[in-house]
Amino acid sequence: MSQANDLSPACPTPIARYPQVLLAHGGGGRLMHQLLERVFLSAFSNPWLDTGHDAAVIDAGGARIAFTTDSYVVHPLFFPGGSIGTLAVNGTVNDLAMAGARPLGLSAGFIVEEGLPIETLERVVASMQGAAREAGVSVVTGDTKVVDRGKGDGVFINTAGIGLVEHPCRIAPASVRPGDAVILSGDVGRHGMAIMAVREGLQFESAIESDCAPLTAPALDLVSSGVDVHCLRDITRGGLASALNEIAGGARVGMTVDERQVPVREDVRGACEILGFDPMYVANEGRFVAFVPTAEAARAVEVLRGHPVSEDARVIGRVTSEPAGLVFLRTVLGATRVLDMLSGEQLPRIC
Amino acid sequence: MCLAVPGKILSMSGDDPWTRTAKVSFGGVVIDVNLAYLPDVKVDDYVIVHAGFALSQIDEAEALRIFEDLSGLTAELGEDGEPAV
Amino acid sequence: MKFIDEYRDPAAAGRWLAAIRGLVTRPWTLMEVCGGQTHAILKYGIDELLPREVTLLHGPGCPVCVTPLEKIDRAVELASRSDVIFCSFGDMLRVPGTDRDLLSVKASGGDVRIVYSPLDAVRIATENPDKQVVFFAVGFETTAPGNAMAVYQAKRAGLGNFSVLVSHVLVPPALEAILGSPSCRVQGFLAAGHVCAVMGYSEYIPIAARYKVPIVVTGFEPIDLLHGVFLCLKQLEEGRAEVENQYARVVSELGNRPAQALVREVFGVVTRAWRGIGEIPGSGLGLNEAFAGFDAERRFDLSAVGPRPEPAECIAGQVLQGLRKPHECQAFGTRCTPEHPLGATMVSSEGACAAYYQHRRVVGGQEGSR
Repeated sequence: MSQANDLSPACPTPIARYPQVLLAHGGGGRLMHQLLERVFLSAFSNPWLDTGHDAAVIDAGGARIAFTTDSYVVHPLFFPGGSIGTLAVNGTVNDLAMAGARPLGLSAGFIVEEGLPIETLERVVASMQGAAREAGVSVVTGDTKVVDRGKGDGVFINTAGIGLVEHPCRIAPASVRPGDAVILSGDVGRHGMAIMAVREGLQFESAIESDCAPLTAPALDLVSSGVDVHCLRDITRGGLASALNEIAGGARVGMTVDERQVPVREDVRGACEILGFDPMYVANEGRFVAFVPTAEAARAVEVLRGHPVSEDARVIGRVTSEPAGLVFLRTVLGATRVLDMLSGEQLPRIC
Repeated sequence: MCLAVPGKILSMSGDDPWTRTAKVSFGGVVIDVNLAYLPDVKVDDYVIVHAGFALSQIDEAEALRIFEDLSGLTAELGEDGEPAV
Repeated sequence: MKFIDEYRDPAAAGRWLAAIRGLVTRPWTLMEVCGGQTHAILKYGIDELLPREVTLLHGPGCPVCVTPLEKIDRAVELASRSDVIFCSFGDMLRVPGTDRDLLSVKASGGDVRIVYSPLDAVRIATENPDKQVVFFAVGFETTAPGNAMAVYQAKRAGLGNFSVLVSHVLVPPALEAILGSPSCRVQGFLAAGHVCAVMGYSEYIPIAARYKVPIVVTGFEPIDLLHGVFLCLKQLEEGRAEVENQYARVVSELGNRPAQALVREVFGVVTRAWRGIGEIPGSGLGLNEAFAGFDAERRFDLSAVGPRPEPAECIAGQVLQGLRKPHECQAFGTRCTPEHPLGATMVSSEGACAAYYQHRRVVGGQEGSR
């Protein structure tokens, strides 16, 4: 964890500690993790939370219940390939899937800004119901609040989900072992660049669509296939690099990943080149990584490839015992560099 | 400096030389680019774009020359040492 | 993607590396000037692949890193005003001023907007006639034509609510400052390819002759960088000191004349301060009198925001000149990290200190901070 910053008398006030929350604190990078640790995890600490995985798995009278929550604040509300509504459903369904849980039900809490056209709200809700149907889950309870104009970005949505864990695997970062294969379910960078492209006003010959999709089917198939699944993690904000760093840090293992094995679509690459983004850090909403013993990697890839959302699954790297907490990337030229977590969020650059 | 990316001109519009614009494609992503500094480019030309401005047209013959030089060179030196990759 | 993928071909890279290995007979120290080149070198691991005899120093070609503290403070001051929409390239948002950075101003409610092109700022001014729109015009010669066009179009349109905060710097005077330093260790330069796309490379001929150093105008892809290193080393091995153009598919000797013409019309050469280095005469651009009405430093009263001292610990200036390495700084990795930077070289994605911060965790075997 980051060291406390001593201020030696020679320094005029350096920016040691941000007294206010910044947008970067929500970016999925190191600043966000610092905020989580300093404010939330330290206050709420308990065995389920401290496992550090997407969903908490609670033993309840013989059954294992997975429980998770997520909030959605994306702007614009609608984008190619999805909306805040589809994200709200799939994001939470996917956190349950990463525990290997079959979703039982979702709650949906809406914070709506005064002045939002009802028609817009209807469109969001319709997209949520469509996503829920596709994911095989229902919105079973909910809540609505309205805030003053200017106090919300149109609408914010929180969803919580419960699911049933019916497989024997203990899926958690702590289960990851040196020697495990790192499997990626498909190409990266679509969601983040779809959003960025709308924000930056890029047009397309053919649109970059968000990869927002439910991951329940391949995840459940994998955990019930007999493969000893050590960990699953969906890739969201902060991209593939952040997901790998989180697992490496949580499991106290190292990793080496081969850049040549990470697929990126041509149009996503083009958008990244223009804005100066690295696809390894761009957000996704329908991709995940799996950690399984090397001997079972081929079987795991075969199972995943049987599903459209993970038809391009492949091994991208290996878990090592050290240096603990560091992820290395083998570049296309054969050199090795550290694939660090970003401190904040990627910003378009000209340099 | 800096971040400038090669793209292909798909179409051009505008009569005013200062605001002449092209639609330039970068791997399928298309943005509007100011052409004021390259008055002679045509559709299908490749240009280098920085911060929304086309600054240079890519000379395709020169682009190949690096690889021709490389072939000539390795023939001369006789494949010295192992490639790193 | 055409004109990108072929310049990232591992097989071609391997052959250039073999050619370089076959060429060097003794240690050489080169400097790549441009931050974009530094970024590519570190991203692809080129410095790791080069033979041990070749040392690459990272130069001051990062406008983020060299924008003076006072200018950042003035940007923060302007962005904090409720009547101002402050537009900037994304690069500048996290650069620390004396007290805060632009991102903090945004967090406190300032209207700070990231733009991809300077013309976006002009459009924002057109769309928001009741606000003052200030654009942070930073960059080297590559960005000057775009920034000049923004001011030119604003004047043509009679936009009364648009102004620019200028912090433009020029490469050749910086090279001379580095070469003129008695502790200069640089024996050859890879000049900034996109700067030269605009300016041509004739300005470097007298520099190469005076200091007897080879200067190779180089591109940004791995093959370009390896090719540029090869050409530079070949000159050194053969005892030559000329200006050579590796990036010939983009750069011509005379450069882009229409771009140069508009830059000359809108801007004039002035003395500029470089953060961490100090004033270098004739090293910057300022608005010409005909466009002075668009100068944010004249339109707004910023006299209260004057020159400030840098954090005493920050040695970014020496790092930028290649005189010290980042890990030789006392604050490196402890009081100065990418999350809490003391100087700009730790902020920018291509700043030498940020780059070393990642690498030293490999070299030193230290654990990552989690």
